[in-house]
This record gives sequence, structure tokens and C-alpha cells, in this order.
Amino acid sequence: MTVVFERTTGLTEVETHYCPGCTHGIIHRLVAEVLVELDILDDTIGVCPVGCSVLAYKYFNCDMQQAAHGRAPAVATGAKRVHPDKFVFTYQGDGDLASIGTAEIVHAAHRGEKISTIFVNNAIYGMTGGQMAPTTLIGQKATTAPYGRDEETMGMPLRMSEMLATIDGAKFVERVSVDTPANIRKAKRAIKKCFQVQLEGKGFGIVEVLSTCPTNWGLTPVESLKWLKENMIPYYPLGNFKSPEEVE
Amino acid sequence: MEKVLMKGNEAVCAAAIAAGCKYFFGYPITPQNEIPEYMARELPKVGGTFIQAESEVAAINMVYGAAGAGARVMTSSSSPGVALKQEGISYCAGAELPAVIVNMMRGGPGLGSIQPSQTDYFQATRGGGNGDYKTLVLAPADVQELVDLTIEGFDKADYYRNPVMILGDGFIGQMMEPVVFKDRSDVELPEKPWATSGTKGERKPNIINSLYLGAEELEEHNIHLQAKYAEMAKNEVKVESFGLEDAELVIAAYGTTSRICKTAISKLEKEGYKVGLIRPISLWPYPFNEFEKINDDCKGVLTVEMNTGQMTDDVQIALNGRMPSYFYGRTGGMAPTPEEIVNKVKEILGGDR
Ligand SMILES: Cc1ncc(C[n+]2csc(CCOP(=O)(O)OP(=O)(O)O)c2C)c(N)n1
Ligand code: SF4
Ligand SMILES: [Mg+2]
Repeated sequence: MTVVFERTTGLTEVETHYCPGCTHGIIHRLVAEVLVELDILDDTIGVCPVGCSVLAYKYFNCDMQQAAHGRAPAVATGAKRVHPDKFVFTYQGDGDLASIGTAEIVHAAHRGEKISTIFVNNAIYGMTGGQMAPTTLIGQKATTAPYGRDEETMGMPLRMSEMLATIDGAKFVERVSVDTPANIRKAKRAIKKCFQVQLEGKGFGIVEVLSTCPTNWGLTPVESLKWLKENMIPYYPLGNFKSPEEVE
Repeated sequence: MEKVLMKGNEAVCAAAIAAGCKYFFGYPITPQNEIPEYMARELPKVGGTFIQAESEVAAINMVYGAAGAGARVMTSSSSPGVALKQEGISYCAGAELPAVIVNMMRGGPGLGSIQPSQTDYFQATRGGGNGDYKTLVLAPADVQELVDLTIEGFDKADYYRNPVMILGDGFIGQMMEPVVFKDRSDVELPEKPWATSGTKGERKPNIINSLYLGAEELEEHNIHLQAKYAEMAKNEVKVESFGLEDAELVIAAYGTTSRICKTAISKLEKEGYKVGLIRPISLWPYPFNEFEKINDDCKGVLTVEMNTGQMTDDVQIALNGRMPSYFYGRTGGMAPTPEEIVNKVKEILGGDR
């Protein structure tokens, strides 16, 4: 018998706490597989955020630090400066990165910090129960936007990748999605390129991953994938915003 | 070792480097700007790294990351900046990360002033961040002591895996005094097998974390932390005192204020007043037991601070109602003069002799 699918050694045996159909789990697997394929798992320091992925330190099979809400890029900066020869990544949600941690992510990119960020955009605060995120779409309901987000009082959803791509120190910026097998494959390729940018000492890299939150969107896992495709992708276009030529 | 004349803000940096600190993350704020400036200049020369962070919040979280990666690391600021660092200090305490934080205090509240003060006593000793945690708080009264406490602070931080705060009033940062650096060439920095440095495939992953989702788990973690704090309280009390056996009145003061009090005490002595002194050097753990050495006929303890009365709380806990507690303070960047203290003592003891 041939094994067609194996659990990656980049993840521990610990069972994750993610809700059924939540795509955080897929993103974990992709990151872990890339760490293994690049053969850097044993030389990696990961930094997890505050959000649904707060427990990621239990799941990634490498040295991990748990950071305060939004501060993962600063924590990663400290670790990377001490161990410039190690691979350092952050894994952050949209509340974490695009709201409370905007200063930290912008300035890590601005310094050209040689770290890689996985940015999980699910257009909601998952962990705290479905409050509005800076990335919540216009008209989308959230517990703190019960009538739906409106531009007049809450502004337009923030496009972080586009914004970060304007910063010189950011060398790799790509938005991907994990709603279909084809997109999952593309997402993995982007994560690998992003990590290579750090390994080659080029500077800061980020992959924004559009992700689902069936629980707080109030949809089934399948409906969630459809909602992501029909609502998120049109506003958050997929694709590469920036890449050093060598990793093209 | 020869004496060198140094400004407090530069001496604290030289001390940190002497202690093996190679990483500094900070943000400019008066009156401590010489610290990041010195580190920016000197750290690259010893193979270290200086970053001017985007904020004090980022700086302390860089400290967390570097400490978690096993390095000796320092940050510094002054009052409003240290207020912003509280999040990270609490996280360092929770995750048991060693780090040295320098606060060259200025007047508050709010933006306050850039003049020296001691208004962050509560913030430093009560744990300005969230949760039940303690930091070792050391309050030097001169530049030599600033150097010695900083070096020792790094050793203690590593030993206890806990943040250490050097609490200086703005005067000490600006003061120029001769200092001696002890030879530390034979001191080896401790191993940190818990740090995140990559598993190299040789061990299980190390995790730096302050999250304990289960109530029982977190209680257990807190019991562990409290046991550590109890150990610190037992072993790390530092205090200078004199004249407690026959004092008519005892003055309690720390930092620069204690030096002004010493001048006042000599003046009073010439006029026939016996005034003792308790100078806490560690503000946490507080030298409560020292107050038991005060003779029973003493008329009380006068706390002198550059604030409106903060250490008075600890003095009252120490006295436990045994004798009256008095307070004299100046604030806003004003320092009490020896004459003012002399007058206050005379007022308490009942006029001129
Ligand atoms: C300083 C601070 N503020 C607020 C919180 C509460 N909090 C925890 S998770 C979270 C939102 C996380 O949302 P996001 O980053 O989008 O992650 P998700 O759960 O959606 O993956 C908030 C506000 C906190 N832990 N710390
Ligand atoms: S709350 Fe949402 S983001 Fe969090 S685990 Fe559940 S589905 Fe995923
Ligand atoms: Mg989210």
C-alpha cells in the first residue's frame, strides 16, 4: 500500500481546537509542510498571536513564542536579531495584525526585518466571538456591527497586502486563499517563496491567506467557502503584489 | 580598576555591556535619551544590536522576543514610556523571561514634565501591568550604585527568570560621578536550556508562553510564580540604614532624595537632633524588617519623596501602627531642599532647640 497522505512532521500530535470547517487548520498544515520541505523545522522559531491561533505553539513542531495581541512582529524581531541564522515566522489573525498590531507589522516591514508573516484574514474576530475586524466587509454583520459594516461610520475594509507592498523593506507580498484545492496549492507555493525570501536574507515577507470562520459567519463549512469566494476574493484580489526576481 | 567620570545615563549602558547585554530596544524620551544614543553607538562594537523601535510597546515586545531567544537584553525609558511598557513587562513576568528595564522617572501624570521625579513608585512596586506579578525593583542613589545594581540586575534576572527594574529618578541619569567597573572577565553567563533557538533536531521544542487556559493550570502557574517571589523577598532585600537604635525620628527615603536627606540629617545632628535613616535600595522586595530595628521611643518615621506620597504606604505597612508616619514631598520636578526637610523634622519634633 502506498501512503498518499501523511501527517506532516512539522505539526505535533496534539489535536487542534479549531472549529469544524475552519481553514486555520489547512493553513497550519501548509506552513508545517513548507518548513519540512525546506528542511528548516529544526532551525525555526515561530511566533503565534492572540486570536484563534493563540495555541499554535502547541501545534507547530518547532520552538515557539506566544506574543501579546498584535506584537508578534516585534517579538519575532527580537528573536531574529538574536539568532540571525534561524528562520523566524509569525502567524497572525486580522484583528491581531490589521488592528491592534498595525504599528508592529508596518515597522517590521519598514525595517526590512528578515522574518516571514502568515496573515490569516477571516474578516472577523474569531476568538472573541465575531466582533468586527478592520477587514470585515461592507454590509457584513458582526456582533459589534449588528446592522452590518457601513463605510460612513466604520470605514472601508483595510487591504493590508496592498498597503504593505508600498513599503520598501517588504520584499515579498502575496494574497492567497484556501477555498479550493487549486488555491490551496497556490497558497503553499506562495508560502514557500515567502520563506525563501527570508532564507536568502532579502527582507520581510508576508502571505495574506483568506480564511473562513464558519462559526462566527453563521454558515456551514461549505457555505463559508462559497461566501469567501463570492465576497472576499472580489474585494481582496488574489495574487502577488511584490516579489524579488530571483524567487519568481 | 581605574575610576572614570560618567553620566548616569551612560554608566547604566556601560554596566549593561559589562554584564554581557548585547541587545537594546528603545524609543527616545527625555530625560534618558543618552541611553539609546550610547547603545546605538556602542553595541555594534561588541557584536550586539540596537533598534530604535516604533514605540515603547514594540520595544518591550522585542525585549520579550530576544529574552525568549536566550539573550541578555535591556530597554529603557522614562515614565510615560514605561507606562506603555507595562503590557510587555507583565508578559515577561508571566512567561518568566529575564530582562532589565530602566526607568529614569520624570514628573507626571500624563505628559507631566521632563524634570526628575519619583512618581512611578507605585507603578514599579505594585506591578503596573495586569496580573499577580512582581519585578525586582532597584533604586540607586549614586552613579556607582547604578552601575553595580545594573550588573547585578542582569545576574538576578537570569537567576530568577524574571524582569528587573532599575528605578532612577531623572537626577541620577544626568549626574556625573566617578565610577569603577569591577573585572568580570571570569564571569560566565548562565546556560538557558529553555530558550527558543531552534531545536537543531536534538530536543523537544521550547515554548515561551504566558497562557494557561485551564483555571487549575493557571492557578498552579501562579503558585509557582508566588513561590519564586517569596524566594526573592527572602534573599533580595537591600537596604542602608543608620541611627535606628537611638533616633528621635527616622527618615525613609530612596534614590537621590536619600542624599538630600543625609545632608539634612547632618545639619540636624549639629543642632542636637538624632535622626536616623532607612534607605531602601530594593523597593521590591521592600525592607520591611529594617523598621523593626527602630527604637520604641522614636517619635515616628518621616518619608521623603519626589512625589505626593507613595512609599508612605510601604512605610505604614512596615510600622504597622507602632509609631506615627509622616510625609514630606515635592513634585513636578521640584526636589526637596535640606532646609525644608530640617524644618519638617523640627515641626514634628516640636520646634527649635
Ligand atoms: C490587549 C488585548 N486586547 C484584546 C484582547 C482580546 N482578544 C483576543 S483574540 C482577539 C481578536 C482576534 O481576532 P483575529 O486576530 O482576527 O484572530 P482570529 O481569532 O479571527 O483568528 C481579541 C480582541 C486581548 N487578548 N488582548
Ligand atoms: S471561531 Fe472561527 S476562526 Fe476561530 S476556530 Fe472557530 S471557525 Fe476558526
Ligand atoms: Mg480574524
